[in-house]
Amino acid sequence: MQYGLLVMGAPYSSPAPHSALRFAHAVIARGHRLAGVFFYHDGVHNASSLMAPPQDELNLNEAWLELHRLHTVQLDVCIAAALRRGLMSESEAQRHGKQAVNIEKPFELTGLGQLLELQQRSDRFITFA
Amino acid sequence: MVAPDALLVIIRHAPHGSNWLREGLDAALVAAAFGQPVELLFMGQGIMALLKEQGSGAPGQKATLPTIDMLEMYDIDKLWVPREALQSLHIPADALVDSVTLMANADIPDLLQQHAKIFSF
Repeated sequence: MQYGLLVMGAPYSSPAPHSALRFAHAVIARGHRLAGVFFYHDGVHNASSLMAPPQDELNLNEAWLELHRLHTVQLDVCIAAALRRGLMSESEAQRHGKQAVNIEKPFELTGLGQLLELQQRSDRFITFA
Repeated sequence: MVAPDALLVIIRHAPHGSNWLREGLDAALVAAAFGQPVELLFMGQGIMALLKEQGSGAPGQKATLPTIDMLEMYDIDKLWVPREALQSLHIPADALVDSVTLMANADIPDLLQQHAKIFSF
């Protein structure tokens, strides 16, 4: 079965990202396909490459990168929700005249159209908020 | 009768306390702009979004009522409100915008059943 995930909880404030990650690994281990993960609302903070939690805590950004590395899962981030919260890709930083960049590949800043498209493609679409 | 492809967006948060309402409405508008039939279900505190008499939020917070008023232009004309929820908040039905459709709490499971696609904000 094809799964899609929507993550709307912020890292370290909400258990949603942890649950979503465990769910992602579990569905793949069961032989299902994970079509993609979409980050919206406060969930966009998961994409920040500048997060630096203490060494003995899970780095959620790296955990998502690992999921992508192992299973080439698409990681899409809502651009409007991200820019509002200070998440910048190289090209957006240039456009908005900002000095720092915290959205790097494989995370992609994209529109809500991608969220609808992911839902359309998925047999099961699960929200973690 | 619900269109087979219709998306149901559930709103459970009041305006201004968080960005849930604004970003939920954004998702509904984008889906409608992509030509998908969209219905909205307001539950609990989410019903506050429909109050006719409301201004903007604390300094710097934009009002969401103009977005609610705009929904019809996007062909979003089903704004479901459970009658019992309205009563428990002591809000008279005529305090809400005209475009709402009242329903019974007991019919919520049916509404959810009719929609294969649901977002909850």
